[in-house]
Amino acid sequence: MNSRIKTPVSRTIAVLALFCACFFMFTTVAVAGGTLRVATMGEPASLDPHKVSGTWENYVVGDMFIGLTTENQKSEPVPGVATSWKISDDGMKYTFMLRKSVWSDGTPFTAHDFVFSMRRILLPETAAEYASLLYIIKGAEAINTGKAKPETLAVKAIDDYTLEIQLTGPAPYFLALLTHYTAYPVPKHVIEKHGKLWSKPENMVVNGPYKLVEWIPNTHVKLTKNDKWWDSGSLSLDDLTFYTQEDRAAVQKRFRAGEIDVAMDFASDQIDWLRKNMPDETRIAPYMGVYYYPINSSVEPFTDVRVRQALSMAINRKAIVDKVLKTGELAAYSFVPPGVAYYDNPAEVTWKDMPFGERQKKAKALLAEAGFSPDKPLEFTLRYNTSENHKRIAVAVVSMWKAIGVKAELFNSEVKVHYADLKQGDFQVARAGWIADYNDAQNFLYLLETRTGPNNYGRYSNPEYDKLMLEAEVTSDLQKRSELMLKAESLAMRDQPVIPIYHYVSKNLVSTKVQGFVDNPQDIHRWRYVSLK
Amino acid sequence: MKIKPIIPDRLESISEDAVKGRSLWHDARRRLFQNKAAVISMVILGIIVVLAILAPYLSPWPYDDPDWGYDFPGPPNAELKHWFGTDGNGRDLFVRTLYGARISLMVGILATSVSLLIGVTYGATAGFIGGRVDNIMMRIVDILYSLPFMFFVILLMVFFGRNIFLIFIALGAVEWLTMARIVRGQTLSVKKKEFIEAAHATGVSTRKIITRHIIPNVLGPVIVYMTLTIPMVILTESFLSFLGLGVQEPLTSWGVLISEGAKQMESAPWLLIFPAIFLAITLFCFNFIGDGLRDALDPKDR
Amino acid sequence: MLSYALRRLGSAIPTLFIIITVAFFMMRLAPGGPFDREKQLPPEIEANILKAYNLDKPIHLQYLDYMKNILRGDFGPSYKYLDFTVNDLILTGFPVSMRLGLYAITIAIVIGVTAGTIAALKQNSLFDYLVMGVAMTGIAIPNFVMAPLLALVFGVYLSILPVAGWGGGAFKYQILPVITLALPQVAYIARLTRGSMVEIMNSNFIRTARAKGLSEKIVVVRHALRGGLLPVVSYLGPATAAVITGSVVIESIFDVPGIGRYFVNGALNRDYPVVMGVVIFYAILIIVLNLIVDLVYGFFDPRVKVE
Repeated sequence: MNSRIKTPVSRTIAVLALFCACFFMFTTVAVAGGTLRVATMGEPASLDPHKVSGTWENYVVGDMFIGLTTENQKSEPVPGVATSWKISDDGMKYTFMLRKSVWSDGTPFTAHDFVFSMRRILLPETAAEYASLLYIIKGAEAINTGKAKPETLAVKAIDDYTLEIQLTGPAPYFLALLTHYTAYPVPKHVIEKHGKLWSKPENMVVNGPYKLVEWIPNTHVKLTKNDKWWDSGSLSLDDLTFYTQEDRAAVQKRFRAGEIDVAMDFASDQIDWLRKNMPDETRIAPYMGVYYYPINSSVEPFTDVRVRQALSMAINRKAIVDKVLKTGELAAYSFVPPGVAYYDNPAEVTWKDMPFGERQKKAKALLAEAGFSPDKPLEFTLRYNTSENHKRIAVAVVSMWKAIGVKAELFNSEVKVHYADLKQGDFQVARAGWIADYNDAQNFLYLLETRTGPNNYGRYSNPEYDKLMLEAEVTSDLQKRSELMLKAESLAMRDQPVIPIYHYVSKNLVSTKVQGFVDNPQDIHRWRYVSLK
Repeated sequence: MKIKPIIPDRLESISEDAVKGRSLWHDARRRLFQNKAAVISMVILGIIVVLAILAPYLSPWPYDDPDWGYDFPGPPNAELKHWFGTDGNGRDLFVRTLYGARISLMVGILATSVSLLIGVTYGATAGFIGGRVDNIMMRIVDILYSLPFMFFVILLMVFFGRNIFLIFIALGAVEWLTMARIVRGQTLSVKKKEFIEAAHATGVSTRKIITRHIIPNVLGPVIVYMTLTIPMVILTESFLSFLGLGVQEPLTSWGVLISEGAKQMESAPWLLIFPAIFLAITLFCFNFIGDGLRDALDPKDR
Repeated sequence: MLSYALRRLGSAIPTLFIIITVAFFMMRLAPGGPFDREKQLPPEIEANILKAYNLDKPIHLQYLDYMKNILRGDFGPSYKYLDFTVNDLILTGFPVSMRLGLYAITIAIVIGVTAGTIAALKQNSLFDYLVMGVAMTGIAIPNFVMAPLLALVFGVYLSILPVAGWGGGAFKYQILPVITLALPQVAYIARLTRGSMVEIMNSNFIRTARAKGLSEKIVVVRHALRGGLLPVVSYLGPATAAVITGSVVIESIFDVPGIGRYFVNGALNRDYPVVMGVVIFYAILIIVLNLIVDLVYGFFDPRVKVE
């Protein structure tokens, strides 16, 4: 209650209101059950957690399987199958104590299931796209590249309920990484029986709160409560239905018509309308990702750092964020977004606070130094993959470059061609984006290391940067590790091998009936915490 | 999947009896100009073409640069001379609609010309030579017909990158199939006519028979079919734009504008309405002109 | 007639062979592969995946393998829908597309022919102009405008129909997709019917029939329609093929689980087996439908004799 309530009457009203509020809260919470309908914005490629690779699949499999650790409502790591753990002093050996639990068919769940699962995802035959996330585990890379037998993996069941994992280096993000679907357990007894068909609804066995009932491709995936889950009493929702439609405009209409309770994205061009008409349902929150333009620093004239700096300076990020996007994205002056764990203030470009007019002048001067003039302007092609937002940003950026005398031509191609060319280094300046796999600065900064290969699109290669990152990898002191990475990032921000444009936000539509949906920087939402009013 | 163009069979019968030498064309022109709908359509189409050509001089705004001072997208505003409003990038929609007209009409006309060139050559050759050659040539057309059209276009797009000339060629290369069939059928039927035989008998040279008799007789249905193909191509281009395979920015076409506008039909209706009106009017015009031409070239309807 | 049909089908085999071969190599030569994406795969992982799908072999061996599999009726796995085979996808998707397509084409024939005929009989009347105006509008509005418009009006504003979804194929979910699918077809068929009916009604044999004193109804139904529908019949072949193979626009906007989406998305995703499967399926369908049209044509036009 605030201080404005002074008279006894208003105080009584306030108390009454509070009472009513409590009463309603009580009654609404009491209504358990129901079906939550979620638009995941994509058809799952698979429901086998070792074969999935997209956020839209994570929304489904994340409530079917639970790893050693799992996410809470805010997507922070909390105990999952493991109830507690011990970390060795060097930070490289983890010992997990597991709870006694069962699979959804009643089979006891043991530490051997984890051993089997982690070996399985790393087998080359499994062809798991995301297996490299587990390379931090000792022996993983050798198995995945076919150089070693799966038995050599340093994941050991000490007994049925104790699991030991040895890492190749101290990884402060390891507990967070274990919440990822690559680290989910899969049922050995079912996979051995059904082989590839194990993930069909009639065969699938899970260890999480909801189990698969039905999956009709391009229609929906249906899950229902798993009564055998250890905490099934805490579940409010009985069933989950996931709609896989991708057309954002159509999903938004379905949401308005009440056919969908949660939509995991909306088109940015709808933001004005949404703010005006559905302010309570429109949820926007910082999201751990960066939207950037890599510059191919292996081709002329982009080998010249002045050219790269000039191009970056000339972009008015504030205008892009405020006028073009309008969905609360953060103008990016650093590669790592703010708010990443153990990495409080990312290294920003030095000219961040320079007034834009001055920046333009500076950019022009840099271009002139690099040998470009109105008679001999800098000309190149800006590539982007086909998408409404990418197009809008590219158009705005090209017009900003035009203001400093740069002639950039737009070229868009479908996503497969775009990334195939980026991988080959067949571009000058292009659009790219990165969403973190886990909450750690290293997951961003490794993109600019020489050894990273194809994901380092611009072929940035700075020995000093590489050295700092290597050093950070083996440093277990968190403070020191973060300082090393900060130094590396400030090198990259000076060299500008990439032009950071903005840091992503997550955009969701959540019905006011839905409770327990908490916005978080990874945009991971587990439906077991959610209830319907 | 795109609907295959209609091959109105009546087209084949159109000029069967219409072989009266030059007076046919004279007659046809007179009849065409008596058709009010066709004449009005031609005038409107002419106006759109002129607008498209003069686009840069009709508005103070460029087609490719945002107006940073106005909303993204902004509703029509006469004061700022954004007569049709601005698009999601703050670019003037009036100018963009007219630039879109350039591309859409160009795609329509050039693609149709490509189809005309290939189709007439191919169809006339098959029809005139006839026999086994005709059989093989038409079998090839059948095969191409069974190949899903979109597959073909999408592959062409990804093969050679996306440029506007490719769209002309891709669409033209698909539309020629129908054109070839029409021309072949027409050639075959004309070839058998008594007056051709009479010409042969009286010793008129083959070349003269082709230029004097066959081509004029084949031309009627071809012209009518062209007026049907142009709108079809314009619509197909818009479908490609919907799939994200349209022309490269900052160029635009009605298809691109409409498919963008359709996504915001409620929040920013002007983005859809203006280009859609232009597209609809143009398609109507082509249809009326086509009907007019058909009636004019078909003496039965006199 | 049976032997004619069999001969036609037999001669389709080389056609199919050519289509498969051309499609196979065109697809493979296109830039970008099925596993290129925003988050690039590390080279070692990509190698694992290529190996798992036999994509690491030389292309001619892949082609031979593919041909062998096709002969066994196996179109292979999808690279995008990992838990389904191409056979699964086509077999679950096609019945849905076919159902919508057949409803749409039936509606289109009934309404289109009726409206077109009446318009032709009352040439230059208000009804005529109305039908032709509506028909032309139907053609001029692209379906990617019509579909969201209908969803907005009937689903959101009036709330009388679902905006999108399939609901296991319940009737109410099919209404808007069918209308959107049928609309341009109604328009084309009405125009075609009107055009040829106008021509027929002015022809000599109708004059003769009238002169014989037959009632106008009999003249129209017995005599005129039979000839007047010829262009419609020949249009129906490709049109039916087009509507029953699904429409990517309608399926993505109304979230209908048909096969129309698989083709375009398959091509964009470089999901080679899906694209090949759909291409082959589509080609067979067209060949069969064209044959049916030719047979039906023989019925309508006595001059055309099926050898």
